[in-house]
Amino acid sequence: MDWHQQYIGKVKQAVFHTHKTGRKRVVASTEQNIIATLDLRRGEIFWRHVLGPNDVVDGIDIALGKYVITLSSGGSILRAWNLPDGQMVWESSLHGPKHSKPLLLTRNLIIEKDNVLIVFSNGRLNAVSCIDGEVLWKKDFEEESLEVQQVIQPPGSGFIYVVGFAASSQFEMYKINAKNGELLKHESTAFSGRFTGEVSLVSSETVVALDSTGSILLTISFHNGKISSQQTPVSNLLEDSPGLAVIIHPSVTGIFAIKTDAATIFIRVIGEGKLEVVEKTNHETVVSDALSISEGQQAFALVQHAGSSIHLTVKPAHDWDSNLLKESIKMDQQRGFVHKVFINNYIRTDRSHGFRALIVMEDHSLLLLQQGAIVWSREDGLASIIDVTTSELPVEKAGVSVAKVELNLFEWLKGHVLKLKGTLMLATPEDIAAIQHMRLKSSEKSKMTRDHNGFRKLLIALTRAGKLFALHTGDGRIVWSHLLQSLHKSESCRQPIVLNLYQWLVPHHHALDENPSVLVVGRCGPSSDALGVLSLVDSYTGKEFSSLSLVHSVAQVIPLPYTDSTEQRLHLLIDADKHAHLYPKTPEAIDSFQSEFSNVYWYSVDDDNGIIKGYALKTKCSSNVADEFCFDSRELWSIVLPSESEKIITTATRKLNEAVHTQAKLIADQDVMYKYISSNLLFVATVAPKASGEIGSVTPEESWLVVYLIDTVTGRVLHRMTHHGSQGPVQAVLSENWVVYHYFNLRAHRYEMSVIEIYDQSRADNKDVWKLVVGNHNLTSPVSSYSRAEVITKSQSYFFTHSLKAIAVTLTVKGITSKQLLIGTIGDQVLALDKRFLDPRRSVNPTQAEREEGIIPLTDSLPIIPQSYITHSLRVEGLQSIITVAAKLESTTLVFAHGLDLFFTHYAPSRTYDSLTEDFSYALLLITIVALVAAIFVTWILSQRKELQDRWR
Amino acid sequence: MEKGKGIMGSGRRWAVDFSDNSTAPSSRDIPDPPGFARASVDQDDSTVSRQKKDAESNWKTQKAWEVAQAPFKNLLMMGFMMWMAGNTVHLFSIGITFSALWQPISALQGVGKVFEPYKDNKVDLLGPKLLFIALNLGGLALGVWKLNTLGLLPTHASDWVSSLPPAQEVEYSGGGIPL
Repeated sequence: MDWHQQYIGKVKQAVFHTHKTGRKRVVASTEQNIIATLDLRRGEIFWRHVLGPNDVVDGIDIALGKYVITLSSGGSILRAWNLPDGQMVWESSLHGPKHSKPLLLTRNLIIEKDNVLIVFSNGRLNAVSCIDGEVLWKKDFEEESLEVQQVIQPPGSGFIYVVGFAASSQFEMYKINAKNGELLKHESTAFSGRFTGEVSLVSSETVVALDSTGSILLTISFHNGKISSQQTPVSNLLEDSPGLAVIIHPSVTGIFAIKTDAATIFIRVIGEGKLEVVEKTNHETVVSDALSISEGQQAFALVQHAGSSIHLTVKPAHDWDSNLLKESIKMDQQRGFVHKVFINNYIRTDRSHGFRALIVMEDHSLLLLQQGAIVWSREDGLASIIDVTTSELPVEKAGVSVAKVELNLFEWLKGHVLKLKGTLMLATPEDIAAIQHMRLKSSEKSKMTRDHNGFRKLLIALTRAGKLFALHTGDGRIVWSHLLQSLHKSESCRQPIVLNLYQWLVPHHHALDENPSVLVVGRCGPSSDALGVLSLVDSYTGKEFSSLSLVHSVAQVIPLPYTDSTEQRLHLLIDADKHAHLYPKTPEAIDSFQSEFSNVYWYSVDDDNGIIKGYALKTKCSSNVADEFCFDSRELWSIVLPSESEKIITTATRKLNEAVHTQAKLIADQDVMYKYISSNLLFVATVAPKASGEIGSVTPEESWLVVYLIDTVTGRVLHRMTHHGSQGPVQAVLSENWVVYHYFNLRAHRYEMSVIEIYDQSRADNKDVWKLVVGNHNLTSPVSSYSRAEVITKSQSYFFTHSLKAIAVTLTVKGITSKQLLIGTIGDQVLALDKRFLDPRRSVNPTQAEREEGIIPLTDSLPIIPQSYITHSLRVEGLQSIITVAAKLESTTLVFAHGLDLFFTHYAPSRTYDSLTEDFSYALLLITIVALVAAIFVTWILSQRKELQDRWR
Repeated sequence: MEKGKGIMGSGRRWAVDFSDNSTAPSSRDIPDPPGFARASVDQDDSTVSRQKKDAESNWKTQKAWEVAQAPFKNLLMMGFMMWMAGNTVHLFSIGITFSALWQPISALQGVGKVFEPYKDNKVDLLGPKLLFIALNLGGLALGVWKLNTLGLLPTHASDWVSSLPPAQEVEYSGGGIPL
């Protein structure tokens, strides 16, 4: 029923550990700040550490063959982890005079029998002992404008070069004694141009840099402490003007590469600053770092794309024209381009060198290539899911009969007899094995068709890499994956960013034969006025059947509650100029939209300036281009929060697909309160600008939290409440007529959760039974926000132990089942908390009637019941959000939690009152019935006989 | 007559009826014995039987009233049981309430049958019947009242609005923080 998948994210750096006879593994650091070791045979995770969002990994390496060394947090934390089990061995913090590029160097440098790591970070060069993390010596480079680019330790020498630029135009070289950090020599040379920053190290005493115009290459050598340089215009090397070039540094001796828009050019340095182009490739080419394969010999790998396959070439560093390995591997188009490659060698049985390559693809997946085949692959793109939606599976077709898929009656009965034996503890070990086998084999839960209970669905996940995955809820397998071509880097869209995922078509009524589809919204560039991209993807096949490059930007996407005749949902896209664009662009859509035109509003929350504005749609766009799908907006209302005292930190709205069963809430003594149920309700939380930082940065007197409930049609503030001495971060969830939010109370030094329930007082007079019996009331007639309902609110606050990462509420198909809050705790677990604990009508001594109603006596803190962790003992590392989807069974919610890991389970807030459990023994039931019927017959016959005898007496 | 005899003569194996109430000699084949004056006998007999009939009908009326009053005891007993059962809904209280409802209803259905033995053209059964019906209706009312105190009758507004779906909204608004 549950499944849990672990991922590590996009690999930034990988180091192989294959020397020892033990299990071969690879250590990887990722962009999600994870250190992990993977099994090289199968790609499974041995151990994994999540370093937190602010602890960016700058470099990793393996030291002494048993420690994984990581440098993180901009070079200020150096840690050593035990390679086999991932225990931390030591940690040292490296501080320095100023911020700088962190560099980690682990050569076999030995000072007084101690293996030493050289770390340059925060403007200071440190030599750290491998054994215990002790800093042996340090040397500050305090010169203000100095930007250190490379720290070089020529092999076998006792000194270290620190090279960098000062004031962007002066090359600086420091020679430092590796034993004690003493400065041996300092040289500098000024250049006329400015440097872009990156330098490539082509030998232990030569670097290549590119000037800021990207047109002149500088070869700087500092042999024996003397700086000599040579300038070579890029145009000398290439016939055609390449445009702006960027150095990529493969750190291979004698070779470096520059990358232009059109090509990657490999250049060899011959002798004193002479450059020679060795190869110019027009394909996407990726180069690995150098790998020393034997004494004095280095190799590096090149990966190039050619159609649907990739070519992996391993070349020795000294000889460009010869290949150590050349392989062509068929590659799934849906993985995109190769982004990174890491190589490792092994000795074959015939004593030649074999190579294996770990490649990171555009979709963040990780693959191990060996002997021309993919040994394993990991879909690590799933570690960065942006948005998730669900899709129903196809209905079971008439051709595939259920009986064929399942079993015939005899086998069915046999299975149940076996199960019965199991429950009665009569089963032999063979029987138990058979039962286990049966359970595993029953592919019921992973079938590709819709089921009766609505448990089988497709989870469609959009990842940061622009790839869509469809996961089966039964077992979590990937049904299809698709790298969106329209959101691919191209001439027209240089920096595509995927934004969000919406349901475009949900088959219903008269469009049952259509496949469901989803809408992916993207944008070309990080700024909000970049042009938008839409893509429509079929949910069953994963094929992108339509894509649109928009001529306007996308600031907001508003799915409307209307559909056209083919059940395509209408969407309103708001651009940066506040024009509303209607999609799909069909005349039919505009027809159905026209009828509801005057009732569609939209609002925007400007959290930087603290302004909330509401708009209505005006007539057609006034721009010169005639576009009947474009509408102007008219500002209706605005709420301007005082920027000196309030800053918006969180907003929450009701889920669009939430079903509410009833508008009445029954309270004790058969009394009734009418809920204020509106989908146009917006919850806004603001804090004092001073208090928007971390917890504890302000005193309680300077800090407050204000919450608002706003009607987004009229801009009316329905409720406003201030929590003095409280501060964010605020996590909130809004459902039905209540909102629950979590914040920190500075006075009590504890986290708190508050609930606000909102009731419609203007309906409260509907208490005449006779009127209700005859139906003479207006409770179900459509309501308008302009009717100004009189609302009352009730609220209450409670202490809560955990800090939160996410909060959600269970969702059932009809909204009858009582609700539970799903709380993503700081420990990356999901905790279920009954909404009854957050009921503002709780009191210390509830009356008898209130107790009967189920009101829990008030306590100052919310209980955490260990059994209600729905993730059990599992952790969803880096938990980001919890998604709840209603199953067809009213009692059950499908819960999907994602972060770095994925977790899926079924959850029944009020237990599964409407179905029997999977383990229910039908055979036992059947046998009981048969036995009872038999008993009735026997006793009937016996009683007849006895009566007859009595008569004869 | 037959019925009354049957009840009174229960226990007898056989009986000879010497009284002859017939007045017409032609009804018999045998002529009356000489000196037998039929009319005088008739006269005597009728007075005796009238007395007897009066006694019988008195007795019947009395019995009918008794039968009619019988539900009263039942009512008291039911009231006591209901008081014992309490006001919470559980198996016992529901059982008692439903038996309290069922008994009067079944008694009212069989009201004709109950009073049939006392049916006589001389006995006025209307009074006992009305009392019987009234008492049973009282019992029924008690049952209904109990049902209400248990909260099982839809007499509150809450019973009628509990499943009312939320009202539709005219306006629709969407948006939020720009993407």
